[in-house]
Amino acid sequence: MTTRTQDPAAEPSAHRDAFVDWLQRMGDNCLILGHRASEWCGHSPALEEDIALANQALDLIGQCQFWLGLAAEVEGKGRTADQIAYLRDAGAFRNALLVERPNVDFGQTLMRQFLFDAWHMEILRKLKSSSDPRVAEIAAKAEKEVAYHLERSADLVIRLGDGSAESRARMEKALKALFPYTGELFTDDAVDQAMAAAGIAPLPSSLKAGWDSTVSAVLEEATLAHPGEVWQHKGGKRGVHSEHLGYILAEMQFLQRAYPGAVW
Amino acid sequence: MYAQLVQSEGGKSRAEMTPREIAFQERIDRGEKIEPKEWMPEGYRKTLIRQMGQHAHSEIVGQLPEGNWITRAPTLERKAILLAKVQDEAGHGLYLYSAAETLGVSRDELMEMLHSGKMKYSSIFNYPTLTWADMGAVGWLVDGAAIMNQVPLQRTSYGPYSRAMIRICKEESFHQRQGYDIMMKMCAGTPEQKAMAQDALNRFWYPSLMMFGPSDKDSVHSAQSMAWKIKMNTNDELRQKFVDQTVPQAKYLGLTVPDENLRWNEEKGGHDFSEPDWAEFFEVIAGNGPCNAERLGARVKAWDDGAWFRDGLMAHAGKQEERRAALRLAAE
Ligand SMILES: [Fe+2]
Ligand SMILES: [Fe+2]
Ligand SMILES: [Fe+2]
Repeated sequence: MTTRTQDPAAEPSAHRDAFVDWLQRMGDNCLILGHRASEWCGHSPALEEDIALANQALDLIGQCQFWLGLAAEVEGKGRTADQIAYLRDAGAFRNALLVERPNVDFGQTLMRQFLFDAWHMEILRKLKSSSDPRVAEIAAKAEKEVAYHLERSADLVIRLGDGSAESRARMEKALKALFPYTGELFTDDAVDQAMAAAGIAPLPSSLKAGWDSTVSAVLEEATLAHPGEVWQHKGGKRGVHSEHLGYILAEMQFLQRAYPGAVW
Repeated sequence: MYAQLVQSEGGKSRAEMTPREIAFQERIDRGEKIEPKEWMPEGYRKTLIRQMGQHAHSEIVGQLPEGNWITRAPTLERKAILLAKVQDEAGHGLYLYSAAETLGVSRDELMEMLHSGKMKYSSIFNYPTLTWADMGAVGWLVDGAAIMNQVPLQRTSYGPYSRAMIRICKEESFHQRQGYDIMMKMCAGTPEQKAMAQDALNRFWYPSLMMFGPSDKDSVHSAQSMAWKIKMNTNDELRQKFVDQTVPQAKYLGLTVPDENLRWNEEKGGHDFSEPDWAEFFEVIAGNGPCNAERLGARVKAWDDGAWFRDGLMAHAGKQEERRAALRLAAE
Protein backbone atom coordinates (compact mmCIF):
# COMPACT_ATOMS: atom_id res chain seq x y z
CA MET A 1 0.00 0.00 0.00
CA THR A 2 1.35 3.42 -0.80
CA THR A 3 0.58 5.93 1.89
CA ARG A 4 1.29 9.63 1.77
CA THR A 5 3.80 10.62 4.37
CA GLN A 6 2.47 13.39 6.50
CA ASP A 7 4.48 15.51 8.84
CA PRO A 8 3.44 14.08 12.23
CA ALA A 9 4.00 17.47 13.86
CA ALA A 10 1.24 18.84 11.65
CA GLU A 11 -1.37 16.79 13.51
CA PRO A 12 -2.50 18.12 16.87
CA SER A 13 -1.27 15.67 19.48
CA ALA A 14 -4.60 14.83 21.17
CA HIS A 15 -6.10 14.05 17.81
CA ARG A 16 -3.00 12.10 16.84
CA ASP A 17 -3.17 9.93 19.95
CA ALA A 18 -6.84 9.16 19.34
CA PHE A 19 -6.14 8.35 15.71
CA VAL A 20 -3.29 5.98 16.62
CA ASP A 21 -5.50 4.33 19.21
CA TRP A 22 -8.30 3.89 16.72
CA LEU A 23 -5.95 2.49 14.04
CA GLN A 24 -4.70 -0.05 16.57
CA ARG A 25 -8.28 -1.10 17.26
CA MET A 26 -8.71 -1.81 13.56
CA GLY A 27 -5.34 -3.53 13.22
CA ASP A 28 -5.56 -5.53 16.44
CA ASN A 29 -9.00 -6.92 15.56
CA CYS A 30 -7.52 -8.23 12.30
CA LEU A 31 -4.36 -9.53 13.95
CA ILE A 32 -6.05 -11.43 16.76
CA LEU A 33 -8.86 -12.86 14.67
CA GLY A 34 -6.30 -13.81 12.01
CA HIS A 35 -4.31 -15.58 14.72
CA ARG A 36 -7.36 -17.52 15.88
CA ALA A 37 -8.27 -18.51 12.32
CA SER A 38 -4.71 -19.64 11.65
CA GLU A 39 -4.84 -22.02 14.62
CA TRP A 40 -7.03 -24.26 12.46
CA CYS A 41 -4.44 -24.77 9.72
CA GLY A 42 -4.34 -28.47 8.98
CA HIS A 43 -6.92 -29.30 11.67
CA SER A 44 -10.25 -28.26 10.19
CA PRO A 45 -13.15 -30.57 9.30
CA ALA A 46 -12.52 -30.56 5.53
CA LEU A 47 -9.74 -29.66 3.15
CA GLU A 48 -11.84 -26.83 1.68
CA GLU A 49 -12.13 -25.33 5.18
CA ASP A 50 -8.38 -25.56 5.74
CA ILE A 51 -7.92 -23.56 2.56
CA ALA A 52 -10.67 -21.04 3.33
CA LEU A 53 -9.48 -20.39 6.88
CA ALA A 54 -5.86 -19.99 5.84
CA ASN A 55 -7.02 -17.59 3.18
CA GLN A 56 -9.09 -15.61 5.65
CA ALA A 57 -6.21 -15.48 8.12
CA LEU A 58 -3.98 -14.30 5.31
CA ASP A 59 -6.39 -11.51 4.38
CA LEU A 60 -6.69 -10.42 8.00
CA ILE A 61 -2.93 -10.40 8.59
CA GLY A 62 -2.56 -8.34 5.41
CA GLN A 63 -5.17 -5.84 6.62
CA CYS A 64 -3.47 -5.72 10.00
CA GLN A 65 -0.22 -4.77 8.28
CA PHE A 66 -1.95 -1.84 6.61
CA TRP A 67 -3.70 -0.58 9.75
CA LEU A 68 -0.72 -0.96 12.05
CA GLY A 69 1.57 0.43 9.35
CA LEU A 70 -0.59 3.52 9.23
CA ALA A 71 -0.70 3.66 13.04
CA ALA A 72 3.10 3.67 13.06
CA GLU A 73 3.19 6.39 10.44
CA VAL A 74 0.66 8.63 12.20
CA GLU A 75 2.38 8.07 15.53
CA GLY A 76 5.64 9.30 13.98
CA LYS A 77 7.94 7.70 16.53
CA GLY A 78 9.77 5.53 14.05
CA ARG A 79 8.05 2.29 15.07
CA THR A 80 7.07 -0.30 12.48
CA ALA A 81 3.88 -2.35 12.20
CA ASP A 82 5.88 -5.37 13.40
CA GLN A 83 7.07 -3.56 16.49
CA ILE A 84 3.53 -2.54 17.32
CA ALA A 85 2.28 -6.09 16.82
CA TYR A 86 5.10 -7.91 18.57
CA LEU A 87 6.30 -5.62 21.32
CA ARG A 88 3.16 -4.47 23.11
CA ASP A 89 1.82 -6.26 26.15
CA ALA A 90 -1.85 -7.20 26.43
CA GLY A 91 -2.90 -3.96 28.12
CA ALA A 92 -1.84 -2.01 25.07
CA PHE A 93 -3.88 -4.16 22.67
CA ARG A 94 -7.11 -2.56 21.47
CA ASN A 95 -8.99 -5.45 19.86
CA ALA A 96 -12.57 -6.26 20.82
CA LEU A 97 -13.01 -9.15 23.27
CA LEU A 98 -14.98 -11.05 20.63
CA VAL A 99 -11.96 -11.82 18.45
CA GLU A 100 -9.87 -13.28 21.27
CA ARG A 101 -12.56 -15.81 22.24
CA PRO A 102 -11.10 -19.32 21.90
CA ASN A 103 -11.91 -21.46 18.87
CA VAL A 104 -13.61 -24.17 21.00
CA ASP A 105 -15.11 -26.00 18.02
CA PHE A 106 -15.67 -25.21 14.37
CA GLY A 107 -19.16 -23.94 15.15
CA GLN A 108 -17.92 -21.28 17.57
CA THR A 109 -15.16 -20.37 15.15
CA LEU A 110 -17.68 -19.80 12.36
CA MET A 111 -20.15 -17.94 14.56
CA ARG A 112 -17.42 -15.65 15.87
CA GLN A 113 -16.30 -15.01 12.32
CA PHE A 114 -19.84 -14.26 11.16
CA LEU A 115 -20.64 -11.85 14.01
CA PHE A 116 -17.37 -10.07 13.37
CA ASP A 117 -17.63 -10.09 9.56
CA ALA A 118 -21.09 -8.48 9.72
CA TRP A 119 -19.61 -5.63 11.81
CA HIS A 120 -16.44 -5.47 9.72
CA MET A 121 -18.46 -5.05 6.54
CA GLU A 122 -20.52 -2.22 8.04
CA ILE A 123 -17.52 -0.25 9.19
CA LEU A 124 -15.44 -0.75 6.04
CA ARG A 125 -18.30 0.44 3.86
CA LYS A 126 -18.39 3.69 5.83
CA LEU A 127 -14.63 4.03 5.99
CA LYS A 128 -14.40 4.15 2.22
CA SER A 129 -15.55 7.76 2.50
CA SER A 130 -13.22 8.61 5.38
CA SER A 131 -11.82 12.14 5.39
CA ASP A 132 -8.39 10.53 5.58
CA PRO A 133 -7.53 9.16 2.13
CA ARG A 134 -5.16 6.58 3.61
CA VAL A 135 -7.97 5.11 5.70
CA ALA A 136 -10.33 5.17 2.72
CA GLU A 137 -7.78 3.38 0.60
CA ILE A 138 -7.20 0.56 3.10
CA ALA A 139 -10.95 0.19 3.63
CA ALA A 140 -11.66 -0.09 -0.08
CA LYS A 141 -9.14 -2.86 -0.43
CA ALA A 142 -10.25 -4.70 2.71
CA GLU A 143 -13.92 -4.44 1.83
CA LYS A 144 -13.52 -6.73 -1.16
CA GLU A 145 -11.92 -9.42 0.99
CA VAL A 146 -14.37 -9.02 3.84
CA ALA A 147 -17.37 -9.18 1.51
CA TYR A 148 -16.19 -12.67 0.68
CA HIS A 149 -15.57 -13.57 4.34
CA LEU A 150 -19.09 -12.48 5.24
CA GLU A 151 -20.68 -14.30 2.34
CA ARG A 152 -18.93 -17.47 3.41
CA SER A 153 -19.49 -17.25 7.16
CA ALA A 154 -23.16 -16.27 6.76
CA ASP A 155 -23.71 -19.14 4.36
CA LEU A 156 -22.17 -21.67 6.75
CA VAL A 157 -24.09 -20.33 9.76
CA ILE A 158 -27.30 -20.78 7.76
CA ARG A 159 -26.45 -24.27 6.54
CA LEU A 160 -25.31 -25.52 9.94
CA GLY A 161 -28.14 -23.82 11.85
CA ASP A 162 -30.65 -25.33 9.47
CA GLY A 163 -28.70 -28.58 9.26
CA SER A 164 -28.68 -31.67 11.45
CA ALA A 165 -29.89 -31.70 15.06
CA GLU A 166 -26.31 -31.69 16.26
CA SER A 167 -25.07 -28.91 13.98
CA ARG A 168 -28.07 -26.82 15.01
CA ALA A 169 -27.40 -27.42 18.71
CA ARG A 170 -23.76 -26.46 18.28
CA MET A 171 -24.58 -23.26 16.42
CA GLU A 172 -27.16 -22.34 19.03
CA LYS A 173 -24.60 -22.86 21.76
CA ALA A 174 -22.03 -20.84 19.83
CA LEU A 175 -24.46 -17.95 19.40
CA LYS A 176 -25.32 -17.97 23.08
CA ALA A 177 -21.64 -18.02 24.05
CA LEU A 178 -20.55 -15.26 21.68
CA PHE A 179 -23.44 -12.83 21.46
CA PRO A 180 -22.52 -11.21 24.81
CA TYR A 181 -19.24 -10.12 23.20
CA THR A 182 -20.80 -8.20 20.32
CA GLY A 183 -22.06 -5.15 22.18
CA GLU A 184 -18.58 -3.73 22.57
CA LEU A 185 -18.38 -3.25 18.81
CA PHE A 186 -21.07 -0.56 19.01
CA THR A 187 -20.10 1.49 22.05
CA ASP A 188 -18.82 5.04 21.53
CA ASP A 189 -15.98 6.39 23.64
CA ALA A 190 -13.81 9.52 23.52
CA VAL A 191 -11.58 8.03 20.81
CA ASP A 192 -14.59 7.24 18.66
CA GLN A 193 -16.03 10.71 19.23
CA ALA A 194 -12.76 12.31 18.12
CA MET A 195 -12.60 10.14 15.00
CA ALA A 196 -16.21 10.90 14.12
CA ALA A 197 -15.69 14.63 14.67
CA ALA A 198 -12.72 14.56 12.29
CA GLY A 199 -14.74 12.63 9.72
CA ILE A 200 -12.20 9.80 9.83
CA ALA A 201 -14.53 7.07 11.06
CA PRO A 202 -18.23 6.59 11.82
CA LEU A 203 -19.46 6.39 15.40
CA PRO A 204 -19.66 2.70 16.32
CA SER A 205 -23.25 3.18 17.53
CA SER A 206 -24.21 4.22 14.00
CA LEU A 207 -23.26 0.76 12.71
CA LYS A 208 -25.65 -1.11 14.97
CA ALA A 209 -28.77 -0.96 12.81
CA GLY A 210 -27.03 -2.29 9.71
CA TRP A 211 -25.35 -5.06 11.69
CA ASP A 212 -28.64 -5.97 13.37
CA SER A 213 -30.42 -6.37 10.10
CA THR A 214 -27.68 -8.61 8.63
CA VAL A 215 -27.49 -10.72 11.76
CA SER A 216 -31.25 -11.01 12.21
CA ALA A 217 -31.78 -12.07 8.61
CA VAL A 218 -29.06 -14.72 8.76
CA LEU A 219 -30.18 -16.09 12.13
CA GLU A 220 -33.72 -16.34 10.89
CA GLU A 221 -32.69 -18.29 7.83
CA ALA A 222 -30.51 -20.43 10.06
CA THR A 223 -33.57 -21.08 12.25
CA LEU A 224 -31.61 -19.83 15.26
CA ALA A 225 -33.36 -17.73 17.90
CA HIS A 226 -31.97 -14.21 18.25
CA PRO A 227 -30.59 -13.88 21.78
CA GLY A 228 -32.17 -10.42 22.15
CA GLU A 229 -30.97 -7.97 24.78
CA VAL A 230 -28.39 -9.70 26.98
CA TRP A 231 -25.62 -8.47 29.24
CA GLN A 232 -22.62 -7.35 27.18
CA HIS A 233 -18.97 -7.68 28.16
CA LYS A 234 -16.72 -4.71 27.49
CA GLY A 235 -13.09 -3.73 27.88
CA GLY A 236 -11.06 -4.85 24.87
CA LYS A 237 -10.97 -1.54 23.06
CA ARG A 238 -9.57 0.22 26.12
CA GLY A 239 -7.06 -2.57 26.87
CA VAL A 240 -8.91 -4.60 29.51
CA HIS A 241 -8.88 -8.09 28.03
CA SER A 242 -9.80 -11.64 28.90
CA GLU A 243 -7.16 -14.08 30.16
CA HIS A 244 -6.96 -15.54 26.65
CA LEU A 245 -5.11 -12.63 25.09
CA GLY A 246 -2.03 -13.11 27.26
CA TYR A 247 -1.58 -16.63 25.92
CA ILE A 248 -2.12 -15.54 22.33
CA LEU A 249 0.62 -12.94 22.74
CA ALA A 250 2.96 -15.29 24.60
CA GLU A 251 2.83 -17.53 21.57
CA MET A 252 2.77 -14.88 18.88
CA GLN A 253 5.55 -12.73 20.32
CA PHE A 254 7.84 -15.53 21.49
CA LEU A 255 10.63 -15.10 18.93
CA GLN A 256 10.68 -11.30 19.09
CA ARG A 257 10.85 -11.45 22.87
CA ALA A 258 13.40 -14.26 23.12
CA TYR A 259 15.77 -12.76 20.52
CA PRO A 260 15.38 -8.99 20.84
CA GLY A 261 16.52 -7.04 17.81
CA ALA A 262 17.09 -10.07 15.58
CA VAL A 263 16.10 -9.72 11.92
CA TRP A 264 14.02 -12.54 10.51
CA MET B 1 9.77 -38.69 -2.15
CA TYR B 2 6.22 -37.70 -1.43
CA ALA B 3 5.52 -41.16 -2.71
CA GLN B 4 7.95 -43.66 -1.20
CA LEU B 5 7.95 -47.42 -1.55
CA VAL B 6 4.91 -47.46 -3.80
CA GLN B 7 4.22 -51.08 -4.67
CA SER B 8 3.40 -51.45 -8.32
CA GLU B 9 1.22 -54.13 -9.78
CA GLY B 10 2.04 -55.86 -13.01
CA GLY B 11 5.61 -56.35 -14.03
CA LYS B 12 4.72 -58.55 -17.00
CA SER B 13 7.17 -59.29 -19.73
CA ARG B 14 6.10 -58.44 -23.26
CA ALA B 15 5.47 -62.10 -24.00
CA GLU B 16 2.97 -62.25 -21.13
CA MET B 17 1.05 -59.14 -22.24
CA THR B 18 -2.28 -59.23 -24.05
CA PRO B 19 -2.48 -57.35 -27.36
CA ARG B 20 -4.41 -54.63 -25.53
CA GLU B 21 -1.67 -54.28 -22.94
CA ILE B 22 0.94 -54.10 -25.67
CA ALA B 23 -0.99 -51.37 -27.45
CA PHE B 24 -1.30 -49.49 -24.14
CA GLN B 25 2.44 -49.73 -23.49
CA GLU B 26 3.13 -48.52 -27.01
CA ARG B 27 1.00 -45.43 -26.45
CA ILE B 28 3.02 -44.65 -23.35
CA ASP B 29 6.27 -45.25 -25.19
CA ARG B 30 5.17 -42.77 -27.84
CA GLY B 31 4.64 -40.19 -25.09
CA GLU B 32 0.85 -40.11 -25.34
CA LYS B 33 -1.19 -39.16 -22.29
CA ILE B 34 -3.67 -41.62 -20.83
CA GLU B 35 -6.98 -39.99 -19.97
CA PRO B 36 -9.56 -41.11 -17.35
CA LYS B 37 -12.17 -42.61 -19.68
CA GLU B 38 -9.63 -44.68 -21.62
CA TRP B 39 -8.83 -48.33 -21.07
CA MET B 40 -5.87 -49.03 -18.79
CA PRO B 41 -4.47 -52.15 -17.18
CA GLU B 42 -5.82 -52.70 -13.68
CA GLY B 43 -2.26 -52.70 -12.32
CA TYR B 44 -1.60 -49.27 -13.82
CA ARG B 45 -4.77 -47.90 -12.23
CA LYS B 46 -4.04 -49.40 -8.82
CA THR B 47 -0.43 -48.30 -8.78
CA LEU B 48 -1.44 -44.77 -9.72
CA ILE B 49 -4.06 -44.66 -6.97
CA ARG B 50 -1.43 -45.70 -4.43
CA GLN B 51 1.09 -43.18 -5.64
CA MET B 52 -1.27 -40.24 -6.09
CA GLY B 53 -3.03 -41.03 -2.83
CA GLN B 54 0.24 -41.11 -0.97
CA HIS B 55 1.27 -37.90 -2.63
CA ALA B 56 -2.04 -36.20 -1.70
CA HIS B 57 -1.78 -37.43 1.90
CA SER B 58 1.76 -36.04 2.08
CA GLU B 59 0.49 -32.62 1.05
CA ILE B 60 -2.16 -32.49 3.76
CA VAL B 61 -0.08 -34.05 6.52
CA GLY B 62 2.65 -31.70 5.32
CA GLN B 63 0.52 -28.78 6.54
CA LEU B 64 1.18 -29.82 10.12
CA PRO B 65 4.93 -29.37 10.67
CA GLU B 66 4.78 -25.90 9.15
CA GLY B 67 1.40 -25.06 10.62
CA ASN B 68 3.21 -25.63 13.91
CA TRP B 69 4.96 -22.25 13.48
CA ILE B 70 2.27 -20.04 11.95
CA THR B 71 1.12 -18.64 15.28
CA ARG B 72 4.77 -18.05 16.27
CA ALA B 73 6.09 -16.57 13.02
CA PRO B 74 8.50 -13.77 13.92
CA THR B 75 7.10 -10.99 11.71
CA LEU B 76 3.78 -10.23 10.07
CA GLU B 77 5.28 -10.74 6.65
CA ARG B 78 6.78 -14.13 7.57
CA LYS B 79 3.43 -15.12 9.03
CA ALA B 80 1.66 -14.17 5.80
CA ILE B 81 4.19 -16.06 3.64
CA LEU B 82 3.92 -19.16 5.80
CA LEU B 83 0.11 -19.04 5.80
CA ALA B 84 0.13 -18.76 2.03
CA LYS B 85 2.48 -21.70 1.81
CA VAL B 86 0.43 -23.95 4.05
CA GLN B 87 -2.66 -22.92 2.12
CA ASP B 88 -0.90 -23.94 -1.11
CA GLU B 89 -0.14 -27.37 0.37
CA ALA B 90 -3.81 -27.91 1.18
CA GLY B 91 -4.57 -26.85 -2.40
CA HIS B 92 -2.06 -29.40 -3.71
CA GLY B 93 -3.83 -32.05 -1.66
CA LEU B 94 -7.11 -31.01 -3.22
CA TYR B 95 -5.81 -31.18 -6.85
CA LEU B 96 -4.27 -34.56 -6.19
CA TYR B 97 -7.35 -36.06 -4.55
CA SER B 98 -9.39 -34.75 -7.48
CA ALA B 99 -6.93 -36.26 -9.94
CA ALA B 100 -7.07 -39.58 -8.04
CA GLU B 101 -10.88 -39.48 -8.13
CA THR B 102 -10.70 -39.77 -11.92
CA LEU B 103 -9.40 -43.30 -11.30
CA GLY B 104 -12.56 -44.29 -9.47
CA VAL B 105 -11.60 -43.80 -5.84
CA SER B 106 -13.27 -41.12 -3.73
CA ARG B 107 -11.50 -38.63 -1.50
CA ASP B 108 -13.32 -40.05 1.52
CA GLU B 109 -12.11 -43.55 0.69
CA LEU B 110 -8.54 -42.31 0.39
CA MET B 111 -8.83 -40.40 3.68
CA GLU B 112 -10.16 -43.49 5.36
CA MET B 113 -7.11 -45.44 4.14
CA LEU B 114 -4.81 -42.74 5.49
CA HIS B 115 -6.54 -42.75 8.87
CA SER B 116 -6.51 -46.52 9.20
CA GLY B 117 -2.81 -46.63 8.29
CA LYS B 118 -3.44 -48.57 5.07
CA MET B 119 -1.93 -45.75 3.06
CA LYS B 120 1.20 -43.84 3.97
CA TYR B 121 2.47 -40.32 3.57
CA SER B 122 6.06 -39.18 3.18
CA SER B 123 8.37 -40.11 6.04
CA ILE B 124 9.71 -36.55 6.19
CA PHE B 125 6.60 -35.16 7.87
CA ASN B 126 7.18 -37.36 10.88
CA TYR B 127 10.11 -35.19 11.94
CA PRO B 128 9.48 -32.29 14.30
CA THR B 129 9.89 -28.59 13.52
CA LEU B 130 11.68 -27.32 16.60
CA THR B 131 12.81 -23.82 15.72
CA TRP B 132 11.95 -21.09 13.26
CA ALA B 133 14.98 -22.12 11.19
CA ASP B 134 13.12 -25.34 10.48
CA MET B 135 10.67 -23.29 8.39
CA GLY B 136 13.67 -22.34 6.29
CA ALA B 137 15.09 -25.85 6.16
CA VAL B 138 11.76 -27.42 5.26
CA GLY B 139 11.19 -24.99 2.38
CA TRP B 140 14.73 -25.29 1.13
CA LEU B 141 15.29 -29.03 1.53
CA VAL B 142 11.86 -30.67 1.68
CA ASP B 143 10.18 -28.60 -1.00
CA GLY B 144 13.49 -28.79 -2.87
CA ALA B 145 13.46 -32.59 -2.79
CA ALA B 146 9.79 -32.61 -3.75
CA ILE B 147 10.53 -30.48 -6.81
CA MET B 148 13.35 -32.83 -7.81
CA ASN B 149 10.79 -35.60 -8.13
CA GLN B 150 7.81 -33.62 -9.36
CA VAL B 151 9.41 -31.74 -12.22
CA PRO B 152 9.94 -34.98 -14.17
CA LEU B 153 6.46 -36.13 -13.12
CA GLN B 154 5.00 -33.27 -15.15
CA ARG B 155 5.71 -35.65 -18.06
CA THR B 156 4.06 -38.64 -16.41
CA SER B 157 1.77 -40.73 -18.63
CA TYR B 158 -1.48 -40.16 -16.74
CA GLY B 159 -3.04 -36.91 -17.99
CA PRO B 160 -4.72 -35.64 -14.78
CA TYR B 161 -1.62 -36.43 -12.70
CA SER B 162 0.64 -34.68 -15.16
CA ARG B 163 -1.56 -31.58 -15.21
CA ALA B 164 -1.74 -31.51 -11.39
CA MET B 165 2.06 -31.70 -11.29
CA ILE B 166 2.42 -28.77 -13.65
CA ARG B 167 0.27 -26.58 -11.41
CA ILE B 168 1.94 -27.80 -8.24
CA CYS B 169 5.52 -27.40 -9.43
CA LYS B 170 5.12 -23.67 -9.99
CA GLU B 171 4.12 -23.20 -6.37
CA GLU B 172 6.72 -25.58 -4.99
CA SER B 173 9.53 -23.58 -6.51
CA PHE B 174 8.19 -20.48 -4.75
CA HIS B 175 8.20 -22.43 -1.50
CA GLN B 176 11.76 -23.48 -1.99
CA ARG B 177 12.91 -19.93 -2.66
CA GLN B 178 11.04 -18.64 0.38
CA GLY B 179 12.61 -21.34 2.53
CA TYR B 180 16.07 -20.50 1.26
CA ASP B 181 15.36 -16.83 1.93
CA ILE B 182 14.60 -17.65 5.59
CA MET B 183 17.91 -19.54 5.76
CA MET B 184 19.75 -16.56 4.27
CA LYS B 185 18.28 -14.23 6.88
CA MET B 186 19.15 -16.64 9.69
CA CYS B 187 22.69 -17.12 8.42
CA ALA B 188 23.23 -13.38 8.11
CA GLY B 189 21.71 -12.81 11.55
CA THR B 190 22.92 -13.15 15.12
CA PRO B 191 25.18 -16.05 16.17
CA GLU B 192 22.14 -17.65 17.78
CA GLN B 193 20.21 -17.47 14.52
CA LYS B 194 23.11 -18.92 12.57
CA ALA B 195 23.37 -21.75 15.08
CA MET B 196 19.65 -22.42 14.67
CA ALA B 197 20.13 -22.61 10.90
CA GLN B 198 23.00 -25.10 11.24
CA ASP B 199 21.00 -27.17 13.69
CA ALA B 200 18.05 -27.25 11.29
CA LEU B 201 20.29 -28.47 8.47
CA ASN B 202 21.80 -31.09 10.78
CA ARG B 203 18.40 -32.47 11.66
CA PHE B 204 16.80 -32.28 8.18
CA TRP B 205 19.67 -33.42 5.97
CA TYR B 206 19.32 -37.19 6.28
CA PRO B 207 15.53 -37.22 6.51
CA SER B 208 15.54 -35.21 3.26
CA LEU B 209 17.77 -37.81 1.58
CA MET B 210 15.33 -40.48 2.77
CA MET B 211 12.52 -38.74 0.90
CA PHE B 212 13.73 -40.36 -2.32
CA GLY B 213 13.27 -43.84 -0.86
CA PRO B 214 15.85 -46.61 -0.55
CA SER B 215 18.13 -47.57 -3.40
CA ASP B 216 15.95 -49.14 -6.07
CA LYS B 217 18.62 -51.13 -7.89
CA ASP B 218 16.79 -54.40 -7.34
CA SER B 219 13.19 -53.23 -7.27
CA VAL B 220 10.93 -54.86 -9.84
CA HIS B 221 8.13 -52.51 -8.80
CA SER B 222 10.20 -49.56 -9.72
CA ALA B 223 10.96 -50.99 -13.18
CA GLN B 224 7.26 -51.48 -13.94
CA SER B 225 6.40 -47.97 -12.75
CA MET B 226 9.15 -46.59 -14.92
CA ALA B 227 7.88 -48.48 -17.95
CA TRP B 228 4.46 -46.96 -17.33
CA LYS B 229 6.02 -43.53 -16.82
CA ILE B 230 4.49 -43.24 -13.38
CA LYS B 231 7.99 -42.99 -12.05
CA MET B 232 10.44 -41.11 -14.22
CA ASN B 233 13.81 -41.59 -12.51
CA THR B 234 15.34 -44.01 -10.07
CA ASN B 235 15.54 -43.05 -6.41
CA ASP B 236 19.32 -42.97 -6.57
CA GLU B 237 19.41 -40.70 -9.61
CA LEU B 238 17.16 -38.18 -7.90
CA ARG B 239 19.03 -38.37 -4.60
CA GLN B 240 22.33 -37.73 -6.37
CA LYS B 241 20.84 -34.78 -8.20
CA PHE B 242 19.48 -33.38 -4.96
CA VAL B 243 22.83 -33.65 -3.18
CA ASP B 244 24.66 -32.05 -6.09
CA GLN B 245 22.20 -29.16 -6.16
CA THR B 246 22.06 -28.64 -2.41
CA VAL B 247 25.72 -28.82 -1.41
CA PRO B 248 26.72 -25.55 -3.12
CA GLN B 249 23.61 -23.88 -1.68
CA ALA B 250 24.66 -24.90 1.82
CA LYS B 251 28.13 -23.61 1.13
CA TYR B 252 26.74 -20.27 0.00
CA LEU B 253 24.88 -20.03 3.30
CA GLY B 254 28.08 -20.82 5.18
CA LEU B 255 26.56 -23.98 6.60
CA THR B 256 28.18 -27.41 6.90
CA VAL B 257 26.41 -30.47 5.53
CA PRO B 258 26.54 -33.01 8.38
CA ASP B 259 28.42 -35.70 6.44
CA GLU B 260 32.13 -36.38 6.89
CA ASN B 261 32.20 -38.46 3.73
CA LEU B 262 30.81 -35.76 1.51
CA ARG B 263 33.23 -34.88 -1.27
CA TRP B 264 33.22 -34.06 -4.96
CA ASN B 265 34.00 -37.04 -7.14
CA GLU B 266 35.51 -35.72 -10.34
CA GLU B 267 35.23 -39.07 -12.08
CA LYS B 268 31.48 -39.47 -11.67
CA GLY B 269 30.86 -35.73 -11.90
CA GLY B 270 28.91 -35.71 -8.66
CA HIS B 271 29.32 -35.84 -4.91
CA ASP B 272 30.04 -38.93 -2.88
CA PHE B 273 27.95 -38.92 0.26
CA SER B 274 26.83 -41.10 3.14
CA GLU B 275 23.61 -43.02 2.95
CA PRO B 276 20.98 -42.13 5.50
CA ASP B 277 20.20 -44.65 8.23
CA TRP B 278 17.81 -46.97 6.42
CA ALA B 279 16.90 -48.78 9.61
CA GLU B 280 15.55 -45.47 10.92
CA PHE B 281 13.73 -44.91 7.64
CA PHE B 282 11.90 -48.22 7.85
CA GLU B 283 10.98 -47.55 11.46
CA VAL B 284 9.55 -44.16 10.53
CA ILE B 285 7.59 -45.72 7.67
CA ALA B 286 6.33 -48.39 10.07
CA GLY B 287 4.95 -45.69 12.35
CA ASN B 288 7.78 -45.30 14.84
CA GLY B 289 9.20 -41.91 13.86
CA PRO B 290 9.36 -39.01 16.29
CA CYS B 291 6.01 -37.49 15.23
CA ASN B 292 4.02 -40.31 13.59
CA ALA B 293 1.55 -40.52 16.44
CA GLU B 294 1.01 -36.74 16.58
CA ARG B 295 0.71 -36.28 12.82
CA LEU B 296 -1.70 -39.09 12.14
CA GLY B 297 -3.47 -38.37 15.42
CA ALA B 298 -4.00 -34.75 14.39
CA ARG B 299 -5.48 -35.78 11.05
CA VAL B 300 -7.77 -38.38 12.60
CA LYS B 301 -8.89 -35.89 15.25
CA ALA B 302 -9.60 -33.23 12.61
CA TRP B 303 -11.68 -35.74 10.69
CA ASP B 304 -13.56 -37.12 13.70
CA ASP B 305 -14.18 -33.73 15.31
CA GLY B 306 -15.39 -32.42 11.97
CA ALA B 307 -17.93 -35.20 11.40
CA TRP B 308 -20.83 -33.13 12.79
CA PHE B 309 -19.86 -30.26 10.48
CA ARG B 310 -19.84 -32.41 7.35
CA ASP B 311 -23.05 -34.19 8.44
CA GLY B 312 -24.70 -30.84 9.15
CA LEU B 313 -23.95 -29.62 5.64
CA MET B 314 -25.30 -32.85 4.17
CA ALA B 315 -28.46 -32.56 6.26
CA HIS B 316 -28.96 -29.02 5.03
CA ALA B 317 -28.49 -30.07 1.41
CA GLY B 318 -31.06 -32.83 1.98
CA LYS B 319 -33.57 -30.36 3.43
CA GLN B 320 -33.07 -27.98 0.52
CA GLU B 321 -33.66 -30.82 -1.90
CA GLU B 322 -36.90 -31.76 -0.11
CA ARG B 323 -38.04 -28.15 -0.18
CA ARG B 324 -37.41 -27.89 -3.90
CA ALA B 325 -39.30 -31.12 -4.47
CA ALA B 326 -42.24 -29.84 -2.40
CA LEU B 327 -42.27 -26.63 -4.43
CA ARG B 328 -42.28 -28.58 -7.68
CA LEU B 329 -45.19 -30.67 -6.42
CA ALA B 330 -47.13 -27.58 -5.38
CA ALA B 331 -46.55 -26.03 -8.80
CA GLU B 332 -47.92 -29.05 -10.65
FE1 LIG C 1 -4.78 -17.46 -1.46
FE1 LIG D 1 2.98 -29.13 -2.02
FE1 LIG E 1 5.43 -26.90 -0.92
